[in-house]
Amino acid sequence: MTIPKLKYFWQIIRRLSGDDAYEVYLKNFHNEHCHHDSTECSKPLSKGEFFKQWQDEKWQGIKRCC
Amino acid sequence: MDKTLKSGLWVLIAILGASALGGIAINRGENINALWFIVAALCIYSLAYRFYAAWIAATVLAVDFTRATPAERLENGRDFIPTHKWIVFGHHFAAIAGPGPLVGPTLAAQFGYLPGTLWILVGAVLGGCVQDMVTLFLSTRRDAKSLGQMAKDELGALGGTAALIATFSIMIILIAVLGLIVVNAMKHSPWATFTVSATIPIAMIVGVYMRYLRPGQVLEASAIGVCLLLLSVVGGRNVAEHETLRLLFDHEGLTLAWSIMIYGFAAAILPVWLLLAPRDYLSTYIKIGTITLLAVAILLLQPSIKMPAITEFIDGSGPIFGGKLFPFVFITIACGAISGFHSLISSGTTPKLLSNERDIVMIGYGGMLLESFVAIMAMIAATVLDPGVYFAINSSAGIVGSNTIDAVTKISAWGYPVTVEQMQNLAQQMGESTLFARTGGAPSLAVGMASIFGKAFGDGLLAIWYHFAIMFEAIFILTTLDAGTRVGRFMLQDILGNIWPKMGETSWTPSVIFTSSIVVAGWGYFLYIGVIDPNGGVNILWPLFGIANQMLAAIALSVGTGILVKSGKLKYAGITGLPLTWLVIITSTAAWQKITSPDIRIGFFSAANDLAEKLASGTLPAAKASIAPQLILNLQLDAWITLFFVSLLWLIIIDMLRVCWRSIAGKPVLPSTESKHMQSRLLDAWIRD
Repeated sequence: MTIPKLKYFWQIIRRLSGDDAYEVYLKNFHNEHCHHDSTECSKPLSKGEFFKQWQDEKWQGIKRCC
Repeated sequence: MDKTLKSGLWVLIAILGASALGGIAINRGENINALWFIVAALCIYSLAYRFYAAWIAATVLAVDFTRATPAERLENGRDFIPTHKWIVFGHHFAAIAGPGPLVGPTLAAQFGYLPGTLWILVGAVLGGCVQDMVTLFLSTRRDAKSLGQMAKDELGALGGTAALIATFSIMIILIAVLGLIVVNAMKHSPWATFTVSATIPIAMIVGVYMRYLRPGQVLEASAIGVCLLLLSVVGGRNVAEHETLRLLFDHEGLTLAWSIMIYGFAAAILPVWLLLAPRDYLSTYIKIGTITLLAVAILLLQPSIKMPAITEFIDGSGPIFGGKLFPFVFITIACGAISGFHSLISSGTTPKLLSNERDIVMIGYGGMLLESFVAIMAMIAATVLDPGVYFAINSSAGIVGSNTIDAVTKISAWGYPVTVEQMQNLAQQMGESTLFARTGGAPSLAVGMASIFGKAFGDGLLAIWYHFAIMFEAIFILTTLDAGTRVGRFMLQDILGNIWPKMGETSWTPSVIFTSSIVVAGWGYFLYIGVIDPNGGVNILWPLFGIANQMLAAIALSVGTGILVKSGKLKYAGITGLPLTWLVIITSTAAWQKITSPDIRIGFFSAANDLAEKLASGTLPAAKASIAPQLILNLQLDAWITLFFVSLLWLIIIDMLRVCWRSIAGKPVLPSTESKHMQSRLLDAWIRD
């Protein structure tokens, strides 16, 4: 298995586990809140703050079956 | 690939699948290799996926890969995130695969290996997979709405209310029966109790690590947690062999039941990050890892199936649960064939990640195929045991007697020879004091898995493998218990919030404590009654769970059928209508028998009346007489609950038929809530790799 394939596999594992959830959030935050023409760019949540909210939201509904 | 070659390949797969299935169906009196089960299953799954699922997606649902999904349109970087299809598949499978497909086939093996295997295969490809895929599609087209919301929007208020009540009811029964399975696995087993108990502080350590020490480092924390879990399995032996320590973990069923209730309450009110979320990470890794390991072990070992194809217990006299093959095999195996609970994941949760409608087949249909395959492996693990051993583990003392000699004599007289020495040796190999009457399915599944793992990877570690299997089952049973209690709490808060808005505030402590107490009391009552039941409790609770789960499936299929008819696709309504019809038949028949059967092992009322008569005449032993009033009350309650479930089911069916009839007759119906078409911008993005 080549290095890029291993990296790709690792990326899938990280995404599946939620390990990269904060990176996804930051990427989305910058895309949505910090446009080139925007005059102000609000501050994103810290990793700790984000992770707490993310976990709470994740368990608001039925997430596990029988 | 050349078209002729492709066609030839599919013909070969069809011939191979038919041969394998024919082999396991026709075989009588000889041991059959488990590999044939795997071959039959894989061929049937491949054909169903390639042809039936593809046809439904293309012709009936008309999936549109150019259409933007809710994940794309409503992307927020949190819950709505367009995600690679394999990652969504992983999330979806981890969410739908619980203990159900493991326990159901294990219990249904009392009828022999054939009925359950056929139902798992046919039920999945024609029912369960279709339900999951259609629900996923409908929710994706409706901004990832939940099943209850879709039922309300498309069928009317009755459908929505029914879905809410059904979900809450199934949650209560599900948690009770799962709690009972864990209690039966831990009863007088210090090793198992220690290992299962250790999962709680380990989950908390992982939670604290992810929250305070290294926020968000999920993989790192999970790796530490998995190592600690494995250590707890190994260390459990030392605890069990320690004179003082073993007393701390050697308990009666009732003590364990109370402990689980206290735990469930604590889990529902503690912050998510401390217990629920870290436990879920651990259980997901253990679950996926163990299922993969089991598949590899079965392929390597190719064990022989020792259970006959069909046993005499198809006549309803089975020791594990009463009731004839029809309809009870279809009620007992829900999750491996068709599970209404999946529709709650397929709507509301998975659609928020789906990046393209094209992936609906793979995730909805394919995810359920994999779950069905897990059920096939559970069937193999249960049926590779000597049938005498299987029945000795799974038959309650109330059926075969509490004396071991009486038990083996009775089981051997059924034609399944087993000896006390054989059971003692097996218990010793598994590191247990006894394996008699360890009802609930989990211990016999663990013995089956341990024997497969032991033969494939080394016989010297049988006791470790057994307790690993118990831990594997218990950890995600407890995750379902935590999550279910919490969801029940939210639902109750939501309902009470309509009466007193303050109660609807999910973080208001009095409301949290009050609603959590109510939910725990609900399932705790059934768990308590199950534990004190002299027949093991599973014989009552599992059919009730099966009926409730199939009722939820009927609601999901009713929503699907109703929407297909409203969309002018009456000629295709059979794809959901036929499994729906079958579910209505089996659920109604099972419910009818559970309510009216004069057989005291089947009918709730007849069992209650029989017990009342014996109590009045003073013929009950003192121990049973003391709990008889509670057992009578519970049997009557179970009967009324069954009646309630089946009445709810028929209300939904009639409501769906009303909507369909009005639509066909050209009369006004509720308008479609399908979202408008928007062109996808993700067609060339990386997530489509």
